[in-house]
Amino acid sequence: MKITREEVEHVANLARLNLNRQELVKMTEQLDNLLSYVAKLDELDTKDIKPTTHAFSISNAFRDDTVQDSLTQKEALANCPKQNGECFIVPRII
Amino acid sequence: MYPYELTIGQALEKLNSKELSSRELTLSCLDRIADIDGHIKAFISVNRDYALAMADKADAAKGDERGVLCGIPVSIKDLLCTKGIATTCGSKILENFIPPYSATVVDRLEQEGAVILGKTSMDEFAMGSTSETCAFKVPENPWRRGYVAGGSSGGSAASVAACECLASLGSDTGGSIRQPASLCGVVGMKPTYGRVSRYGLVAYASSLDQVGPFSRDVRDCALMMNVIAGYDTKDSTSVQRAKPDYTQSLITGMKGVKIGIPKEYFGAGLDPEVEAVVRKGAALLQEAGAEIVDVSLPHTDYCVAVYYLIAPAEASSNLARYDGVLYGYRDMTAESLIDMYKESRSAGFGAEVKRRILLGTYALSSGYYDAYYKKASQVRTIITNDFKKAFELCDVLISPVAPSPAWKFGEKGDDPLEMYLSDIFSISANLAGIPGISVPGGFSREGLPIGIQLQGPHFKEEVLFRVAYNIEKSAGVSDKRPVL
Repeated sequence: MKITREEVEHVANLARLNLNRQELVKMTEQLDNLLSYVAKLDELDTKDIKPTTHAFSISNAFRDDTVQDSLTQKEALANCPKQNGECFIVPRII
Repeated sequence: MYPYELTIGQALEKLNSKELSSRELTLSCLDRIADIDGHIKAFISVNRDYALAMADKADAAKGDERGVLCGIPVSIKDLLCTKGIATTCGSKILENFIPPYSATVVDRLEQEGAVILGKTSMDEFAMGSTSETCAFKVPENPWRRGYVAGGSSGGSAASVAACECLASLGSDTGGSIRQPASLCGVVGMKPTYGRVSRYGLVAYASSLDQVGPFSRDVRDCALMMNVIAGYDTKDSTSVQRAKPDYTQSLITGMKGVKIGIPKEYFGAGLDPEVEAVVRKGAALLQEAGAEIVDVSLPHTDYCVAVYYLIAPAEASSNLARYDGVLYGYRDMTAESLIDMYKESRSAGFGAEVKRRILLGTYALSSGYYDAYYKKASQVRTIITNDFKKAFELCDVLISPVAPSPAWKFGEKGDDPLEMYLSDIFSISANLAGIPGISVPGGFSREGLPIGIQLQGPHFKEEVLFRVAYNIEKSAGVSDKRPVL
């Protein structure tokens, strides 16, 4: 086993997803299968190989610091499921 | 010939000579959609009034006001933001999302006068190879009832193949333009990473995603690229580099061009009919003067494993933003903030998206990062080096796009790995950031289209256009249309 049901539950919590029992069983099986497959990468020696995170690494992609139009408050709030015209409203935190 | 059947090149001639108006052309496409989209299901939404207003604007434009796509009706994959027009990404979590801005590529099309007809169906968040994970509509292959159009940009490919529009924009993270183009018998290009702006593209895997065109012939694809390519200050990964006129690359004859055949792409698991079409394509290029050389991409067999760690890892991070706070679906019954996140995400995302989020979260989590994400990123370097070595021996690689022609709905449903393995020939271009194109090469005995893939070095889209143009001229299939 590459991954246990408990580990999938832990990862689901990190990813803020709820899985019902049926989903948990199926997902564990599928993830185990996938992780077993990707283990083939261990066949390759990568000791001195630098990882690639982007096809081109562009550093310091600066642009001029000029004032431009941006979204209005109304536009920024327009897609919010619950708002009061000024703020995004979420359930009480404290 | 009906107006909706025209290529962009043909339509522009008629529009510019006033033989046809954009309103007539746009109405012809809208009527076509009304006639056949009930079963093709290429469109998640169609914006008739908006399209006709744009067409009238195009018809009224004079002289310099007429852009290079003035009056041309196109469709847009439903993950490119369109200001004021719903952009769902094929997901329930974005079902009601109305973007307050447009993607740069959409702005560029509109600046050049293109008429946007609607938004096309796709796998949820572009995660899939058949468009079957779409929460709203699953497009069907226009060539055969009950067969998939491919994915994830299946709706875009189907809309162009079925003549519901003249061209489309899609996105390609692991083959999502080239594979549906191959399965639907149209041209589809994934440009070099950084060649086209990703601003306004809903992110899946940011180091792999690239926007590109679908069209009915190679010239139209070049015309679309002329419009969408180029640096954008709003995308810090877009590359500052002069943009050629891609139509200048459409040269008959292949003298001086070396075509490489990567032997690893012709092994077990490849449908013999697909292999025959690709080998015939290579032979036609040789007849046209190309030199054919054998090359090797020795780590091809590792590409699927690398991709299905890197793409989910990036996706797990990108999709963290769907939490019900600023936009998208929110569960209104949850009493705590954490429950609101969990309930909203669990109800809003489909199974494939959840699977990739979980896989990616796991691959990035403490204790597993080195074994999975870092290891995959290192093998990505090895795969990129394979391509660099191959391109020392040839200008272009010719290969299949997908191991088989289109298959039936549900055929690869239950085992995610089986579906992932069907991406084997297309995902390496995204890992290496190189450009690729699928051009129609032939048909299977059952009458399903088979595309030929061409891949080139970074920023060498021109040579891909040249080779694709020569295949199109000699293969003799580009004017075939599905009977609908």
